[in-house]
Amino acid sequence: MTDTPVPHEVPADQVAEGPPIQLPPSISDVEPVLSVRTPIRLEYDFIPSAAAQQYLRAYASKRILGNRSPVDGAVFVPPRGVDPRNGVVADEMVDLVDTGHVGSFCITHLPIPGRKDLPVPYVSAWIHLDGADIGFLGLVAGCAAADVRIGMRVRAVWKPDAELGATAENVLHWEPTGQPDVPIDEAGNRAWALKQSAAGGGEDA
Amino acid sequence: MREVAVVSSAIYQVEALTFTTDVQLMVPLINEARSAVGLTQADIGFTCSGSSDFLAGQGFSFVQTLDAVGAFPPISESHVEMDGAFALYEAWVKLQVGEVDTALVYSYGKSSPGSRRDVLAVQLDPYTVAPLWPDAYAVAALQARLLLESGAVSAEGLAEIAVRSQHHAVGNPNALRASAGATVAGVLSEPVVADPLRASDIAAESDGGCVVVLAAGDRARSLCERPAWIRGIDHRIDAHGLGVRDLTRSPSAALAAQMAGAGQDRLDLAELHGPTTSQEHILATELGLGADTVVNPSGGALAADTLMAAGLVRIAEAARRISSGGADRALAHATSGPCLQQNLVCVMEGE
Repeated sequence: MTDTPVPHEVPADQVAEGPPIQLPPSISDVEPVLSVRTPIRLEYDFIPSAAAQQYLRAYASKRILGNRSPVDGAVFVPPRGVDPRNGVVADEMVDLVDTGHVGSFCITHLPIPGRKDLPVPYVSAWIHLDGADIGFLGLVAGCAAADVRIGMRVRAVWKPDAELGATAENVLHWEPTGQPDVPIDEAGNRAWALKQSAAGGGEDA
Repeated sequence: MREVAVVSSAIYQVEALTFTTDVQLMVPLINEARSAVGLTQADIGFTCSGSSDFLAGQGFSFVQTLDAVGAFPPISESHVEMDGAFALYEAWVKLQVGEVDTALVYSYGKSSPGSRRDVLAVQLDPYTVAPLWPDAYAVAALQARLLLESGAVSAEGLAEIAVRSQHHAVGNPNALRASAGATVAGVLSEPVVADPLRASDIAAESDGGCVVVLAAGDRARSLCERPAWIRGIDHRIDAHGLGVRDLTRSPSAALAAQMAGAGQDRLDLAELHGPTTSQEHILATELGLGADTVVNPSGGALAADTLMAAGLVRIAEAARRISSGGADRALAHATSGPCLQQNLVCVMEGE
């Protein structure tokens, strides 16, 4: 949340056009109300779930945890304690490596207000860790934006050890390893579909 | 009208779900309700849920909770930002249309991370009332004061409602406030929380969830030995502004009951969603409940009030008593909005 002050007067060119308002004579000379401040403030004390707590604590020591589905073995990262495809509890924790590949990506040319540390263009990517069956979001840096591609192998660039904490911000970005790309037909969620059809299941493959 | 029945339900209410997410709460509950009648999500024709992003403190939180359903391959689904009883109404309409034969209805509320009294203030008129930030108990107390001053009920009468709830709640694993030894004198000796309401006049706040499985016609008979048939269901709304209503009355509750056919035969029991003793008194009057109707055999919403689920819990509690053979005809009620603004009445019968 930002503390941007609420303007007391809306500039005329920002007021929606509409038919002129006919005020009753008794209030015709009263200054019109153009905005109302509603000073309700709602505060929440969030406690991460057990799965999220384990994940964040491990993340603080550069370990990445996932949950394995008891139904089809799919590994989900970050772990949420459930397998969302099958609607069942998934509490088996799996240690994952900090290398993977780009499943998909997006190059953004507009700056994020308040993020001066993020020069444009920046690359958001769906990072598929080796051993995980879904991707999770990260930044790709360490190469030109134009060189990022689906299937490109990457590794985590962690914050200095002294700055690590139980937060999602421990990985600064993901950088290319220079290893051969994952073939595009096997990259991202396609890897899971291939695994399923190889296993003889996967009506959804 | 197509025959539709409650064939299964699951309820879980506790004081606070500290380390459990909405999704983790709902996974076992949804599986319990489905598997009790041998169904998987693939057998469910329509899924509808009720919850509030204001409790979760994040937008579209209900989409995350679909993780608990197992919405893959993709399912037919809908959501209402209302109590699950109103989600059940939407599912009932879908079953009436004849598109589906089964429906899964669920709702949940985890209000403990925030302040329920303040969250409820944002449902008030945003221009002239909400900016004053009245807490929910104060608004309910205005109504209770009017009710007491009208002579419709005495402070002792309200305390009797609280005592009855605490007695009935004994043995209900989902009740938070239960006491076999509760007395009117004991309730009247409690300090007021929001004058004239005392702690026992105000529902015990709980986190939790509820799941109901609906089925139509012979499908219901094949799934359940004694389905709780929905013979009438209706919901009506009063004006939003507190100042334009007679707060000692609830015409929408009375009309919903009439449209649902509540008075056409005797009622063995009524599960009322009255978040205060004063509101429960108003409801019992408006619904025309007689002395032979047991009110809130579960303890009602006073014993545990899970925002967004307490109404659906009432339907589940009433349906269970029909399915177990303990009742033949029951009324379940759900409310939404400030001071009983909107009301739903569901009349169920055994066969």
